[in-house]
Amino acid sequence: MTYVSHADLGGRGGFGPVVRQADDPVFHGAWEQRVLALTLAMGATGCWNIDMSRSARETLPDYLDLSYYEIWLKGLETLLAANGLAMPEELAAGRVLHPPKPVSRVLAADRVAAQLAKGSSTARAPAGPARFRLGQRVVTRPAPVDHHTRLPAYLRGKTGVIERIHGAHVFADSHAQGLGEDPQWLYTVSFDAVELWGGEARAGDGVSFDAWQPYLEAV
Amino acid sequence: MGHDHDHADHSELSEIDRRVRALETVLAQKGYIDPAALDVLIDTYQTKVGPRNGARVVARAWVDPAFRERLMRDATAAVAELGYTGRQGEHLIAVENTPGRHNVVVCTLCSCYPWPVLGLPPVWYKSAPYRSRVVRDPRGVLAEFGLRLPPGTQIRVWDSTAEVRYLVIPERPAGTDGFREEALAALVTRDSMIGTGVALAPREAT
Repeated sequence: MTYVSHADLGGRGGFGPVVRQADDPVFHGAWEQRVLALTLAMGATGCWNIDMSRSARETLPDYLDLSYYEIWLKGLETLLAANGLAMPEELAAGRVLHPPKPVSRVLAADRVAAQLAKGSSTARAPAGPARFRLGQRVVTRPAPVDHHTRLPAYLRGKTGVIERIHGAHVFADSHAQGLGEDPQWLYTVSFDAVELWGGEARAGDGVSFDAWQPYLEAV
Repeated sequence: MGHDHDHADHSELSEIDRRVRALETVLAQKGYIDPAALDVLIDTYQTKVGPRNGARVVARAWVDPAFRERLMRDATAAVAELGYTGRQGEHLIAVENTPGRHNVVVCTLCSCYPWPVLGLPPVWYKSAPYRSRVVRDPRGVLAEFGLRLPPGTQIRVWDSTAEVRYLVIPERPAGTDGFREEALAALVTRDSMIGTGVALAPREAT
């Protein structure tokens, strides 16, 4: 495996209790607001997609040592350098040292509200019929993969039931690797907690997650 | 993820401030971004989009059975009736709490959250302790939020792994018969729509 995600945390131990802050702020400082806005504005240029962004963040070697918006900042810096848009020496100097590369779109202030309200649907026309039906038992792919994926480790090789069928959606695994949208059927799959955690869990409790068809096999 | 920055001394804060300012300067000079657009983006999520949106959706579902039915069938369309659409809410699903079932939402892989109805997620939602533990020990995590469910209540945790976003519809509190929609919305907390809380009783909402 050469691809390592440091963000796949479900079921892992050792992180301690959930800590809440008195007034539960969304931002801690002005720089966090700017990082959010810079990330959204650069995303709007179309130089990469949201799955590439997630991949850039989750593969940061010091992911677990960084605060949330530090992760976003480093992820953005990584994507800028990888795409030749802004290099580390420019960010260190705080000025332009290399000519800009053309980008296909620049988000203008007067277009922000409309863009946010429109969003960006991932629903696509399916290439073929759905393999699975509601209520069908399925097992998730047991092996890890050597690229970005949205199948969490704690849900690998587990048997569950198809609970919803969402139609075909942009497949994150392919999209993150620059292999195009590769639309695949998307399902909600539900698991009993005992299937996931054994005797420490309470039967009847459970977890549901959204799985693209390539994650699943019929039981 | 570290929380050191919360207690960081001033020099550390200004260092990251400088780094972000340098980044913005370079991106603006290269013509990739419009700095005025950043201000609009920040203002949107600071003042316009937040959990009061979701509270209106829940209150409407409590008083209007036809809306509730539309919400459960197609939450994206039902929520759009109230004017809430767009980024990180393109594919919404409403999951309803009942006396026997309690729903909780998480994103174990990052921080997926239904922005148009809840705004940006709180820090704890994005933190390693919540993401790692709520799928494995939901009762323990909910207890840390002061929420103890009856033993017979089953817990369903929704891990937001794709672009589908989940909104919990909490149970309507007792003693609210005849309440108008606005009064009901005031009882709907952000945490009750994530599932780490329940709606407030009328006497709590002062």
